[in-house]
Amino acid sequence: MPTISQEYKTALRSVSVDLNNDVSLLIDIPDALCERDKVKFTVHTKTTLSVFQKPEFSVPRQHEDFIWLHDTLVETEEYAGLIIPPAPPKPDFESPREKMHKLGEGEATMTKEEYTKMKQELEAEYLAVFKKTVQVHEVFLQRLSSHPVLSKDRNFQIFLEYDQDLSVRRKMPRRCLVVSSRTWLKSADEVLISGVKEVDDFFEQEKTFLLDYSTKIKDSTTKAERMTRAHKNVADDYIHVAAILNSISAEENTALKKHLDKFSDMFEKLRKVEGRVASDQELKLTELLRYYTRDIQAAKDLLYRRARALDKARLKSKDVAQAEDNQRQCMQKFEKLSESGKKELTSFKGRRVVAFRKNLVEMAELEIKHAKNSVSLLQGCIETLKNC
Amino acid sequence: MAAERDPPPPGDAGQARFGEAEDGEDLFVGAVGALESNPSSPEPASLPAEDISANSNGPKLVDSFLDDDPDDLFAEATEEVSLDSPEREPILSDGPSPAITPIMAPRIDSTLFDQALEEEEDNGDTFDICISVSDPEKVGDGMNAYMAYKVTTKTSLSVFSQNELSVRRRFSDFLGLHSKLASKYMHSGYIVPPAPEKSIVGMTKVKVGKEDSSSTEFVEKRRSALERYLMRTVKHPVMLKDPNVLQFLESSELPRAVSTQALSGAGILRMVNKAADAVNKMTIKMNESDAWFEEKQQQFENLDAQFRKLHASVESLVCHRKELSLNTASFAKSAAMLGNSEDHTALSRALSQLAEMEEKMEQLHMDQAYADFYLFAELLGDYVRLLTAVKGVFDQRMKTWSKWQDAQLMLQRKREAEAKLQYANKPDKLQQAKDEIKEEIVEWEGKVQQGERDFEQISKTIRKELGRFEKERVKDFKSVIIKYLESLVQTQQQLIKYWEAFLPEAKAIA
Repeated sequence: MPTISQEYKTALRSVSVDLNNDVSLLIDIPDALCERDKVKFTVHTKTTLSVFQKPEFSVPRQHEDFIWLHDTLVETEEYAGLIIPPAPPKPDFESPREKMHKLGEGEATMTKEEYTKMKQELEAEYLAVFKKTVQVHEVFLQRLSSHPVLSKDRNFQIFLEYDQDLSVRRKMPRRCLVVSSRTWLKSADEVLISGVKEVDDFFEQEKTFLLDYSTKIKDSTTKAERMTRAHKNVADDYIHVAAILNSISAEENTALKKHLDKFSDMFEKLRKVEGRVASDQELKLTELLRYYTRDIQAAKDLLYRRARALDKARLKSKDVAQAEDNQRQCMQKFEKLSESGKKELTSFKGRRVVAFRKNLVEMAELEIKHAKNSVSLLQGCIETLKNC
Repeated sequence: MAAERDPPPPGDAGQARFGEAEDGEDLFVGAVGALESNPSSPEPASLPAEDISANSNGPKLVDSFLDDDPDDLFAEATEEVSLDSPEREPILSDGPSPAITPIMAPRIDSTLFDQALEEEEDNGDTFDICISVSDPEKVGDGMNAYMAYKVTTKTSLSVFSQNELSVRRRFSDFLGLHSKLASKYMHSGYIVPPAPEKSIVGMTKVKVGKEDSSSTEFVEKRRSALERYLMRTVKHPVMLKDPNVLQFLESSELPRAVSTQALSGAGILRMVNKAADAVNKMTIKMNESDAWFEEKQQQFENLDAQFRKLHASVESLVCHRKELSLNTASFAKSAAMLGNSEDHTALSRALSQLAEMEEKMEQLHMDQAYADFYLFAELLGDYVRLLTAVKGVFDQRMKTWSKWQDAQLMLQRKREAEAKLQYANKPDKLQQAKDEIKEEIVEWEGKVQQGERDFEQISKTIRKELGRFEKERVKDFKSVIIKYLESLVQTQQQLIKYWEAFLPEAKAIA
């Protein structure tokens, strides 16, 4: 299975910006292996911190290990006031695998060339999914390493360093419980958060904004996915058209032969450009939206935690005197949470705006580049044909 | 080859031909006569027009049903004359020789036909006719409603009475025209341009009055197809001179072509004949002595298969591009909502701009999808139907050969019967029988000769038709390929404009 070269990775690192700059803790995923359904990531750490045993080391990790780390952080009460970076989504090779299967079934109906080209396209798609999942796991770790508080988390350090199979440390049953209780809590949270009376203007605004924005961005992600998929379909059609034109041209013995040759050639060249347009759009637009849908959810989670804390603090006030101490504690927790929450949400907005700007600019520049390339290819072809 | 009168002045080809046509008979004959008088043909150009006219009916049974118009009389008349005319005798006895019959109106000088071909070759400077189909209008209500189209002919050809003509026609009129041309010319090996296909679903929507985009698209698709059909028909030098075509383009009133309805008597007969033809095709095993035909037949079979595949792929492309357009529109709306929700001012504005731009993209993609369809897909669709007509002429040739072979078989049987009579011993009846059989033998000898001539004629016609077809195909495709590539260029250039307008907006996010 392919490994990822450095240049690809720098090209891919688009959704989050300015991570991995702190020399004291540098993390990356230089390598990944795909076996059947499982992807094995090689997590590589370079550090100057004394808390680690060695200055440089690598460990193999699976997707489940990342989830364990994420969930552990979420459950840590200390971090209630922080936005925990969203967990990377599970590697999903379903789409290219299904397409590969369909291609295999349809092999008899196409020419050998057509089949080879389609296969290449699918292999490229497979590779793209692979690269994306590596990137997304990497960004998760880098968000942690660049966070002043989270980077010091003991579990995080274990994740980076522990050179044996983490699944031994992962308490499986607990994780399942966590997952199910989380989903239940989510719906309760929605009710809570909309019902709770807000004392702070800042949080009131954030709440309104985040609730609305998260629905909208989820929708935009879906629509962007459909748009890129349609684009890919057009590029695939170009392959078929080019192949058939080629066969017709091979048997053509009139003055049309040259035209058909060039026409077929043009479709072949154009499909490559269209394919790049689709994948660039996927990376810059769709992936951006996807990532921030998850990130917005993480910010919402912060608000939920705060709402729960507030609720807890208020609840206690119903009990009489002996709970006063308790109440004070809860209030303190709440206030600490609110303070750090405010900071986190503010920096989150900044991050989001910067990422959007970077990606939208890059997407526009790439689209212009591809379109100019298409124009020059087409005009060259038209010139040749007119002089034919 | 003796011509009955001096060839009319070259520049006035149309006039000459039309002038001769005092009655339908002559016009038809004259036109065909011109076609066959090609000096480059190696065969003795002795095939009088009558041979063609004899064949114009094909199986008599079919014609009498299909030709339910004045032409019927004409068809019958020609056959009778050609068989019984005393002039046939010299033809039979002298072998292949130029023969003039009373039917064959003044022979058109071959140079005129060549001129017609040259005119075509000059990219139609003198082949000046332009037909447009426009202004679809719904006539009537409910299930009896129909669409009427305006057919405008702009031409300087003198075969027409005016330089600009305009009539209103409905779809069944076009089908009627095609039906007449097919029954007249197909047997002789002419590639008659096929008419656009019927569509029960499409028309029902229109009849019922569904005013949505799918029915407007359907009407536009049909309008465009009808226009292309007429242009192809008039580009054919023989079709152009046909009175049916002229009547179609000129007459304000046209008798309703009822025999084109699928469930009419004629329609059912058509289906029966199609089935009969299919069976015949399987049973006739022709001895192909001409390698050229064998090669061509194979070539066109291959081309047909390939074109069908290509047509399917391009239709898929059209479909996906339309999908892309719709998904882009959907995304644009979503991005607009996201922009509204965004609380960072500059980002909010940029997202709104993105949404506006994507809306423009939606239209751009849709426009490209229309170009994909009308330039590329429809051309391929036309050619798939044309290739069916081409395959049809090969079948006609086979049928002609088969008729010839059957005549030979019959002749042989008659000769055998005659021989038997020689040794019969019924003296009283013998002389009568001998006379009868002698007459029959003469009849069948004539039919055999006719069959051979027909076969040679159709082979000659097909060669010419295929030559013409290939020329047209090359021209059509060369032109469409360039037009299509230009449409792609336009789309891409517009794309650049849109993205270049958006870029500063994206950079302005601060």
